[in-house]
Amino acid sequence: MQGRPQATSHPPERSLLPKLEIAFRVNGVERRVALRPWTTLLDALREHLDLTGTKKGCDHGQCGACTVLINGRRVLSCLTLAVMKDGAEITTIEGLAQNGELHPLQTAFIAHDGFQCGYCTPGQICSAVGLIAEGRAKTSDEIRESMSGNICRCGCYPNILAAIEAVMQGSET
Amino acid sequence: MSVGTNGIGKPVSRIDGPAKVTGRAKYAAEFSAPDLAYGFVVSSAVAKGRIKSIDRSAALAVPGVIEVFAHDNRPSLPSSHEKYTDQVAAPGSPFRPLYDGEILFSGQPVALVVAEELEAARFAASLIDINYETQEAVTDLDTQIDKAFEPPEKRAPEWNPSPRGDVDSALSRGPNLIRKEYRTPVEHHNPMETFASTAVWENDGRLTVYDKTQGAPNCHEYLCNVFGLAKEKVRVLSPYVGGAFGAGLRPNYQLFMAALAAIGLKRSVRVTLTRQQMFTLGYRPQTLQTLTLGAENDGRLVAVKHDAIANTSRFEDYQEPTVVWSGALYPCDHSTVTSRLARLDLFTPCDMRAPGGAVGMYALESAMDELSYAVGVDPLELRLKNYSETDQNYGKPISSKALRDCYLQGAERFGWSKRRPEPRSMREARELIGYGMATGIWEAFRVPTSARAILAPDGTLEIACATADIGTGTYTILAQIGAEMLGLPLDKVIVKIGDSDLPSAPVEGGSWTAASAGSAVMEACDGLRKELLKRAGAVSNAPLRGVDLADLTWVDGEIRMTSDPSRAMPLSEALLGLNEPITSEVSSTPDERVLQDYSHYAHSAVFAEVRLDEELGMLRVARVVSAVAAGRILNPKTARSQILGAVVGGIGMALHEETVIDHRYGRFMNHNLAEYHVPVHADVHAIDVIFVDEQEPRLNPLGVKGVGEIGIVGTAAAIANAVFHATGVRVRDLPITIDKLLALRQPTNNHAA
Ligand code: FES
Ligand code: FES
Repeated sequence: MQGRPQATSHPPERSLLPKLEIAFRVNGVERRVALRPWTTLLDALREHLDLTGTKKGCDHGQCGACTVLINGRRVLSCLTLAVMKDGAEITTIEGLAQNGELHPLQTAFIAHDGFQCGYCTPGQICSAVGLIAEGRAKTSDEIRESMSGNICRCGCYPNILAAIEAVMQGSET
Repeated sequence: MSVGTNGIGKPVSRIDGPAKVTGRAKYAAEFSAPDLAYGFVVSSAVAKGRIKSIDRSAALAVPGVIEVFAHDNRPSLPSSHEKYTDQVAAPGSPFRPLYDGEILFSGQPVALVVAEELEAARFAASLIDINYETQEAVTDLDTQIDKAFEPPEKRAPEWNPSPRGDVDSALSRGPNLIRKEYRTPVEHHNPMETFASTAVWENDGRLTVYDKTQGAPNCHEYLCNVFGLAKEKVRVLSPYVGGAFGAGLRPNYQLFMAALAAIGLKRSVRVTLTRQQMFTLGYRPQTLQTLTLGAENDGRLVAVKHDAIANTSRFEDYQEPTVVWSGALYPCDHSTVTSRLARLDLFTPCDMRAPGGAVGMYALESAMDELSYAVGVDPLELRLKNYSETDQNYGKPISSKALRDCYLQGAERFGWSKRRPEPRSMREARELIGYGMATGIWEAFRVPTSARAILAPDGTLEIACATADIGTGTYTILAQIGAEMLGLPLDKVIVKIGDSDLPSAPVEGGSWTAASAGSAVMEACDGLRKELLKRAGAVSNAPLRGVDLADLTWVDGEIRMTSDPSRAMPLSEALLGLNEPITSEVSSTPDERVLQDYSHYAHSAVFAEVRLDEELGMLRVARVVSAVAAGRILNPKTARSQILGAVVGGIGMALHEETVIDHRYGRFMNHNLAEYHVPVHADVHAIDVIFVDEQEPRLNPLGVKGVGEIGIVGTAAAIANAVFHATGVRVRDLPITIDKLLALRQPTNNHAA
């Protein structure tokens, strides 16, 4: 902290920017929440909406743990300010299962042991949902490349690949 | 105690899987409380010196900021370093956070800002103005070699075996001599979840802390000692741990910070570290190693000498088993292994996946590869020629060793016979291809652990043990053991772990959890078996009256006489009339005599294929086969994943991972996941895991050895050896990056220095 201008002896109270009222649909449910403009979508989910399934691994767009789906596309929620997503349709890991039925990728991740500690897993699964929807990655190498924004420090990549390929081929196990 | 095939050995899916794939699994920072405040740590901007003053006025002026804790206003804390020690502490004086103004390492936590909102705490932390008196920090290990010392207090004396024979004269006589220096850098564990603690202040003054740790009891004890709290006033929980790899063995400072603030403010506080702050915790130390091998012309070893220097901090003598393997593994009459430490102005290193083994075996197995070229013996053949059935360091028998099968089955699966001996001799289109191999070894431990088994009248079994699951599969294997012991379906077993209120367990690490917690659960269930047999024998017309426990099979919800299966009784019948659950709790300890009389290791043979695109300079690990002998495999699915993950760690160690220090500032510069490279999905190709059959007769009743570390040991060496085979360039300084390959490129000289 050296080199910064010296703080004055009576610093002015620093006001925080006021909260803004925003509304978006999260996992099919309309959510209204008042947030300050500097709150990321990731922190909004985890700290304000009690949706802790989305993980924070770096907060800098370097790991993919915070991946969610916004209007169907995979997005890093740590690099997204929540107020920018007023009106958006957001899907998190908590919203993938339908009527108590796991999403095929969730089932496949369990069957292929596509995780160990589980911390990167919500991001991996949301990213894989996005990847399949994009429809570009076809070969194993293309999937590997296209999933490389999601780091798994437990090193589950071969099993993650197997799970994604199984779902792409229409099976889960 | 007999074990059958009901639950153990089956590739069942993780029982914690549904919670993890739906986001229901809660990690330390995901627990909350109505009165939760957010703490943000201020990290020292200098590496060495003293804090002259802290101006916190601007921070306190941020709306919602509650308090700024630092050494100058902290509550009273014990001065004795002893109070800050823990089960895994290195010899020395443990770090005392916020104790005084002395700065011991860059990024040292110097203040904690607590605020109502996360962002306000973070912002206010940036406004803390600290005036330092700065001293020059020494962080360059190369400048401290002449100050290296043998630590007076040993972490484990057996890691420093006495010399045997006369290594120097043997080396001077031997016809072949390899003497090489190898370097490994600082590496950081970087689990995906950053360290976090949520300290919940209960109304009656108790503290419940959700912590990211590999040892809830270890952290519980630490909090009681540091804050002078009665045992029953504190509870530490770690139900899910987002990876750790050793980084969570010792209590980390966010735990101290959260507890300090919660106690000080009498409200709940959460402290989460940033990714940058993850580089202010323990790490794999840097090593400088010299490996000297003397051998006959046929490749048989005559002498092995291994010297290692690793860095430690100014305040603790962190040690790991780096050189011990070199004395143990291969037969030779002359061996001296030594390890020394050098002090740097950094935080204390800590265990990282296969501490010591991962780096020491990189050096040994690289040197063995160099020897193979020197004597013209195939690398696999060289290992087989130097195969030992005894632990060479101590002359002890090895409890079980199926390493030969690892070599043979691994080589077969890999297609080792297709390897051409000369470097740069295999090529496909633009790519040079290299095959390399190495041996892996890791100690099979068992440590005292307690466990409880409770069988409810409805036939549900609850297993409880304070140990942790950091992705290792502990939940699942303990459930399998419980199911196996009582012949229950897996979904009738509930596993509770990661809680200091449960029967005590040591830290989850060292690959000992399956053997230790597993044995404890097995013994606790055996207590239930005895009780059930008593009940079964008391039933009128009891088919099992007078039957010996040893003659029973517990399978498919039935208790059956093994020698006469017509005599059987459904478990539910033995539970008839039961109103209270039956409980069995044990403290399980290893047989010290067995540990004394035998050496005990897991082994592996690792085979790697690398491909180098000469035009683009791109190097990739195309294939790895890891053949592992680790006794009984409790769950082939989760065990395979352990090996996969460790092999990926080995790929990182070989080609990517390095924490770079700027010695002018004494600071790790690449403290983020963009610049600290770990393998990403595109870096990882085919990995094939083989578990060879190995009967372990005596280490523990389960016959397991643990598989958490063995997968990384040898992997970096196998890859480095493959790189040499592909390119003719021997990089002895990990990680093997393109710049090093290019700098050393001497295509005409196969033994580039
Ligand atoms: S937390 Fe968003 S990319 Fe890492
Ligand atoms: S499962 Fe642990 S980081 Fe991917």
